[in-house]
Amino acid sequence: MALDAGGLPNTFTKLLIRNAELYGSRPAMRHKDLGIWQTWTWAQTLENVRAYAAGLNRLGLKRGDTFAIVGANRPRLYWSVMAAQMLGAIPVPVYADAVAEELRFVLAHADVRFAAVEDQEQVDKIQSVQDRLPKLERMIYDETRGLRDYDHARLNSMESVIDDGRKALAGDASVAIWLDAEIASGQGSDASIILYTSGTTGASKGVVLTNERSIAAAADTVIFDHLTETDVALAYLPLAWVGDHYLNFAQGMVAGFCMACPENADTAMSDLREIGPTFYFAPPRTLELLLTRVMIRMEDASLIKRKMFHYFLGIARRYGEAILDRRPVPLGGRLLYWLGDVLLYGPLKNVLGFSRVRTAYTAGEAIGPDLFAFYRSIGLNLKQLYGQTEAFLYVTAQPNGAIYSDTVGPACPNVDIKISEDGEVLFKSPGMFTGYFKDDAKTAEVMTPDGYVKTGDAGFFDEKTGQLKIIDRAKDVGRLDDGTLFAPKYIENKLKFYPNIREVVALGDKCGFVTAMVNIDLTAVGSWAERHNVVYASYQELAGHPLVYEIIAKHVDDVNRSLSQDKMMAGAQIRRFLILHKELDADDGELTRTQKVRRGFVAERYAALITALYDGSNAADISTQVTFEDGRKGAISARVKIRDMQPVTPSAVLENAA
Amino acid sequence: MRAPGGPDIAVGDMLLSVENVSLAFGGVKAVSDVSFDIRKGEIRAIIGPNGAGKTSMLNVINGFYQPQHGRITFKGATRAKMRPYEAAEGGIARTFQNVALFRGMTALDNIMAGRTLKMRKNFVWQVLRHGPAMREEVEHRRAVEAIIDFLKIQEIRRTPVGRLPYGLQKRVELGRALAMEPELLLLDEPMAGMNLEEKEDMSRFILDVNDHFGTTIALIEHDMGVVMDLSDRVVVLDHGIKIADGTPAEVMKDQAVIDAYLGVAH
Repeated sequence: MALDAGGLPNTFTKLLIRNAELYGSRPAMRHKDLGIWQTWTWAQTLENVRAYAAGLNRLGLKRGDTFAIVGANRPRLYWSVMAAQMLGAIPVPVYADAVAEELRFVLAHADVRFAAVEDQEQVDKIQSVQDRLPKLERMIYDETRGLRDYDHARLNSMESVIDDGRKALAGDASVAIWLDAEIASGQGSDASIILYTSGTTGASKGVVLTNERSIAAAADTVIFDHLTETDVALAYLPLAWVGDHYLNFAQGMVAGFCMACPENADTAMSDLREIGPTFYFAPPRTLELLLTRVMIRMEDASLIKRKMFHYFLGIARRYGEAILDRRPVPLGGRLLYWLGDVLLYGPLKNVLGFSRVRTAYTAGEAIGPDLFAFYRSIGLNLKQLYGQTEAFLYVTAQPNGAIYSDTVGPACPNVDIKISEDGEVLFKSPGMFTGYFKDDAKTAEVMTPDGYVKTGDAGFFDEKTGQLKIIDRAKDVGRLDDGTLFAPKYIENKLKFYPNIREVVALGDKCGFVTAMVNIDLTAVGSWAERHNVVYASYQELAGHPLVYEIIAKHVDDVNRSLSQDKMMAGAQIRRFLILHKELDADDGELTRTQKVRRGFVAERYAALITALYDGSNAADISTQVTFEDGRKGAISARVKIRDMQPVTPSAVLENAA
Repeated sequence: MRAPGGPDIAVGDMLLSVENVSLAFGGVKAVSDVSFDIRKGEIRAIIGPNGAGKTSMLNVINGFYQPQHGRITFKGATRAKMRPYEAAEGGIARTFQNVALFRGMTALDNIMAGRTLKMRKNFVWQVLRHGPAMREEVEHRRAVEAIIDFLKIQEIRRTPVGRLPYGLQKRVELGRALAMEPELLLLDEPMAGMNLEEKEDMSRFILDVNDHFGTTIALIEHDMGVVMDLSDRVVVLDHGIKIADGTPAEVMKDQAVIDAYLGVAH
């Protein structure tokens, strides 16, 4: 059924009631339990949530309270969100893998009185910090295992709360009347949820979203992607993450589609296949992992299968994306692709659980063009979006038929995007937050006087496609001496998509030109060396090999060519590079434990090399201290060669000259 | 979970007693004149240096070996000779020092195999897989799924056990023993060859089994830390002779035990 965005109810609870009326017997949620998919229809969901809400109210939860929800994607935890919303309380989901101290921070900051938790593990975690959570009164747990002998003075099982509420509703008509009145008094401007940002940049902040804004945002994208009540999504990403709350919960409520919860985190892959979702989201990391797994399994396949696999992947590369985008393709290509679909793409998508996917998104970080093209070429309608918690996810999204691996799409319907003078992306969107919980100072910091939200990301609109390109965190973006924009991560990512390159540090802020320090990937380059009879004894020797320099120079040249296509970036081509004599290592403090380069530290440590990169010399001597795995320290000294690169003239300039 | 047959035994009462049991293979004495008991609901550890006769003792309890002397009383019935399958029917399940699973079968099928004794429909019905036999199978499958859930091995349900890492195989084996709904569970070195994390997981499961199902557990273990944490009472064997019996704290202080473990000049 076509969705009329104007006629939607103004709260999630009213949406739930609408869904129970419209799609009463259709599945709202599924959860694999004891090996069998259990299903709840919209009507059953509403009944359970009403009972749960009544039960929670009898325990004391009321309008305006905050209600923490800690655990994995399970129907009852989503019901907890719904039940809180029904009472006008504000759900505050928290990451299940948060350590006790992080949990304590959020629960304390959000003034939580009640918490719905998944199991004993979460109960233990919260109890360990309970003495510093004076406002927390009660925990309600889903999984009873191991909790039998706990003191139940401040602990209830979810089942008992729901049962209690159900009895109250059945036994006393005034309870139902009261609950209906409570639902009716819910306002669109009421907060519907507080989502805490993960806090990778400083302490986590509570993003307050409202009913009407959330519903308006979800309605726009439901129309944009033609989602209906017949769609199915697998809720396998953290419940406390904006992506899950938006893509599955909010869109599911608006479109009336079914949200399936995996049995547990480890079974998500096989559950995906059993459920066969029609709407799918995965971060680039997950997509890469899936592809690697396929490739490894193919290595073990018989010769004929392997040949067939690579032949048809070649066909897919040539025609697949064109067919997906409905561009003209020669008849022979169509026939071969059809055959490939029967023999390879179809079965492959089936194994991956993608057979029924109509719309798939990826976001969160830059995706490699080859990886992106692979999934699209076998017929998965994979697109990119860009968003953040403060926007209630969507800022941009790629429409069907206009997909590029290096852009994130045009502004979503009703979203207004501006680029500030220093290159930062600003937006105004239907779903945008009303503020950070209890933190007006931080709210004021990210809002512009004319009502835009600062994303903290630097980007620009691509001239050819009209789509937004995100290049780096705004604070990391610098300028060359001639004023050209210098976005280190953008350049580094382009290089890192080559399997031979493991890590890159691009330099150029306040310098005359861009240079790069490269780490080769020992596995990839090592296997190349083996095939080409290149003898080497160590990383250092391989990294300094002239032929390896040739390979990397070719990659750098390709990247320069690609940079030259962008007017904004053409001036930021890599003029000189070197290959580091050692791998950047977290043990030496060069990388963080999450494998991100610590720029400041690296710049200091390799100052000699950086000087050489800019003073025109062909090589530089360096000696660095290293920490071995057993903790002993040693020193590596080397003479590192520096390679000059010829910048590529932008093609547009070339045309003008001719 | 309670085994069929036999009288109900209250928690804390004697479930099994071993009296003056001796076992010899030819001239080699594996167990000499050992007596101890296992109370309902407890976790009882049998420890001792290599070759102390621990596994032999376990084999005597579940009827795999016949002792030359002594009496074994299980649930109030003193038995003369007992075959392993009789022990199984009586409610004694066990796992093995070396994993003894059907390697080509999935984790699910292996645990399902533990339900064999509970299948009531005859062979013909089973082959037909219809009507009552099907209903019975569904019922057993539900019990098996509850165990899979309990042991948190959902993701390997359909994986042939031969492809699983050792720690998980041990867990599947525990699952198969649990599928019998035993009254007494014998675990022969459940944590041998495991890393620290796997040991912690396994300890948690053993405690959970004991707590959740009320299953009495007798286990052989080398890791003293594990024994001290898990068990209610410990019996110590050395060269086939019982040298100590008591709570972990008592046993730890016992000079004979210290000597047996550290070795003394004879």
